[in-house]
Amino acid sequence: MSKAEFTCAEFYHALNEKKLMGTRCKECHTLHLPPRRICPNCHSTSVEWFPMKGEGKLATFTTVAVGTTPMAARGYDRDHHYCCGIVALDEGPRISAHIVGIDSQKPESIKVGTRLKVEPPDGSYEPPVLIFRVS
Amino acid sequence: MVHSLNRRAAIVGVGSSKFGTFKHKLGRELFTEAFLEMLDSVERGLYIKDIEAFYLGNAAGIPFEGQGHLAPIIADQIGLVNKPATRVEGACASGGLALREGVIAIASGLYDVVLVGGVEKMSDLPTAGVTDALATLSDTPYESRVGITFPGAYALIATAYMNKYNLTEEQLMAVSIKNHKNGALNPKAQFNRSIKDIMTDRLIKLKEKGGPLPNWCQELDFLKDPTANPMVSWPLRLFDCSPITDGACCVLLVAEHLARSFTETPVYITGTGQASDCSLHGRADLSTMSGTKEAARQAYEMAGVRPEDIKMAEVHDCFTIAEIVATEDIGFLKAGEGGRAAEQGLTARNGPKPVNPSGGLKSKGHPVGASGVAQVVEIWHQMRGEAGARQIDKDIDLALTHNVGSHGSTCVVHIYERR
Repeated sequence: MSKAEFTCAEFYHALNEKKLMGTRCKECHTLHLPPRRICPNCHSTSVEWFPMKGEGKLATFTTVAVGTTPMAARGYDRDHHYCCGIVALDEGPRISAHIVGIDSQKPESIKVGTRLKVEPPDGSYEPPVLIFRVS
Repeated sequence: MVHSLNRRAAIVGVGSSKFGTFKHKLGRELFTEAFLEMLDSVERGLYIKDIEAFYLGNAAGIPFEGQGHLAPIIADQIGLVNKPATRVEGACASGGLALREGVIAIASGLYDVVLVGGVEKMSDLPTAGVTDALATLSDTPYESRVGITFPGAYALIATAYMNKYNLTEEQLMAVSIKNHKNGALNPKAQFNRSIKDIMTDRLIKLKEKGGPLPNWCQELDFLKDPTANPMVSWPLRLFDCSPITDGACCVLLVAEHLARSFTETPVYITGTGQASDCSLHGRADLSTMSGTKEAARQAYEMAGVRPEDIKMAEVHDCFTIAEIVATEDIGFLKAGEGGRAAEQGLTARNGPKPVNPSGGLKSKGHPVGASGVAQVVEIWHQMRGEAGARQIDKDIDLALTHNVGSHGSTCVVHIYERR
């Protein structure tokens, strides 16, 4: 991983191997997720891979009734909603994710701040999708 | 630091096609309709040959219409072959960016007479296709891939906003009710019907069919009924979302010293601002759009005016929550007050701070690449007192437009003055 290029492909490759990989700026130590080649904080071009623990809390969410075609292909529709949201990781960075382990038909029951854990891909999504589950 | 414009641009003519869904019309044909209306609007006349350059906002002609590279194609249709014709793409802010490019081109001294337009032909695709095409305007490998649609992105903003401030479902609905009420007075609007009209139409149809009738007395009863107003992406329902629209608009810009040779009542563009922002997950606070705040700051500083001076605004209400956030970010209202302001009528057409008298994207329609230019068309009519039944009942000598691409990753603000 340490030699891998800082690309989207490597991010998803690592996810398939059950690792949530971001980057860290070697100058200002800012963490980035998704990975970046240039630090947006100090503009340093010196970055390194950084493994995230994959735990955090729900920062915001929605339950989607009219979804994207790939989600529809997985059986979601106007009667079967899916949840997506933004996860604030314990290390700081935030990332968009598909959220599972909650009742997507009852959005009023879903609470911002809910603890979440990254769900390792089981191979059923190709390309892989970043999923977090209520912990 | 904000630089000033070396030369200001004046708007001396505008045109708009009808907004709606037009199965048998191409985007270029809708644009030609808008162009013909623009030609008629130039009081002292315009020779097409005098147009020196053309900037066209078009967000997604390739997926929507199977047609890329629309600027030269439309230039050909309207007699501008050999003239520079440039497509500008900034998602749903494409039209606003095309306007800004026109302003910059005139300020540079390169051209005196510039045509700025916007077009989108969206209705050829089924709803699922439109949803997918629009989703590609967000961050595809990280946002669309986890299922975030366009309504989904704004729903994430709405949830974050509701979690921070005391925003109610009724306040979101108030935006929709207000904009439909305005759109009902706009003959170009896709839905020139108020929510009450739509509710009454629906009741008449149900009565004809027979069977039990829903218990709708007021607009809110209708909007709270999931059979009439289904959820799209919680907490946003159908009537929180702008529709799928075909439409085109254009405006003629000239260098300010030439303005009076085209019209007695030009509208000057005195401020322009543009900013970008990262993906939603990169932002610390989703209850505000920093891109709007920065674009507005630039435009206000350039024009030398303050939010309290502005008499009306057309803002980017692609979703009801977007208007609430926008009215705060352009400085009309304090953070957290946008919902209550809509509910109390502060942003109504004849309220103290009119917002979207055209009906906005919600009711007028949202042909994405054209919307930023459509806002300018409304400003022109309102500032010249020519907005007909929807004319604001006070003198509009200072106005603002605010156009957003995607979920705020492009924001563009312009300020207009009539002297």
